[in-house]
Amino acid sequence: MIPAAFTYHRAASVDDAIEALGQDEDAKVLAGGHSLIPALKLRIARPSVLVDVGRLDDLRYVRDDGDRIAIGALSRHSGLVADAVLRRDCPVVARTAALVGDPQVRHRGTIGGSVAHADPASDLPTVLLALDADLVARGPDGERTIAAASFFTGPFETALAPREVLVEIRVPKVERGVYLKHTRRAQDWATVGVAAAVVDGATHVSFASMAPTPIRARAVEEALANGAGAAEAAGHAGEGTDPPSDVTGSAQYRAHLAHVYVRRALEQL
Amino acid sequence: MTNVVLTVNGERREADVEPRQLLVYLLRDQLGLKGTNVGCDTSSCGACTVLLDGESVKSCTVLALQADGTDVTTIEGLATGDGLHPVQQAFHEQHALQCGFCTPGFVLATVSLLRESPRPSEEEIRHALEGNLCRCTGYHNIVRAVEAAAEAGA
Repeated sequence: MIPAAFTYHRAASVDDAIEALGQDEDAKVLAGGHSLIPALKLRIARPSVLVDVGRLDDLRYVRDDGDRIAIGALSRHSGLVADAVLRRDCPVVARTAALVGDPQVRHRGTIGGSVAHADPASDLPTVLLALDADLVARGPDGERTIAAASFFTGPFETALAPREVLVEIRVPKVERGVYLKHTRRAQDWATVGVAAAVVDGATHVSFASMAPTPIRARAVEEALANGAGAAEAAGHAGEGTDPPSDVTGSAQYRAHLAHVYVRRALEQL
Repeated sequence: MTNVVLTVNGERREADVEPRQLLVYLLRDQLGLKGTNVGCDTSSCGACTVLLDGESVKSCTVLALQADGTDVTTIEGLATGDGLHPVQQAFHEQHALQCGFCTPGFVLATVSLLRESPRPSEEEIRHALEGNLCRCTGYHNIVRAVEAAAEAGA
């Protein structure tokens, strides 16, 4: 399978990328390409211009930033898995990066690409939502910070403006965090994914593949805040969700999985 | 058309490519290196695995332009001299292939794994080869071959 023709621009800097994105309304950012290139080959995506930010090595870093950790958007999954700062201060991000795709995908795929692609079945966006991460975007008017809670606006849709580039992901230092996913086969997307993390003393829970975007399990969180144990809180897993029915599972099956995996995640937390 | 220059199996190679050209077709059709197979064409099966700057990647999911200036190793470039590379030798000795279609990808995925983790456990090997499919169901022998290659210091 060959993608439809497009114009290619290799960005020399973030500002150059922002400029190039202004060339055409169907221009799109290419990072590691491990979500976008399969979509191009299936011709689900047909951008007119691809702006390749993959060589902007200054967006590949993990920095201890006081009470938060700053992750450059182009950090590859394989780099996050091994990163000493993340493993010490927010291990759930490193452990989740190790569950993305397979080793070949992790060698190329980036955290920023995964977040900006906004697949509702994606692992890292679900974890970032539970962590209350901040997403830093740069556009023609400068930088702004978007809370993860308002970043994912629909399936494959985000709050990023057409000429904005995601440059950094900021996560709090969180000792206790878990991400579990159910897959039918090795390497599959999550039929259901559950993230749980203790952030500033409160337990946050979020789902992959239980709605058109990653979502917080508010009913579960509320039950926990009111003193419920793991099993009781997990009973609220399906509330407020809108799981899809597809080849990997029916909505009813997903609701069942959500219940089981929330309980397991809370027990492991 | 855009000119790309890359090092393939230690040699400087050059080609004019369309932006949508994929690395695997640059290697196979333009550079004549047919050892890298196209299996699923959807970045699932791993048959097209090559090393890009020393790390395993699926060349059906990399644009040729993304590989501009990089160092690529395909199955043709792995052995030096007359003998097989130790990973190839281990696959041969452990009967880790039947039809052989998936083998170049498995061998290169193994080389990448052993660079990152020289003595992997059996469980680690099975997870690390998650991105490669063998439809002759030869996984047990493939895992044995990776263990043998690790013991041989590949």
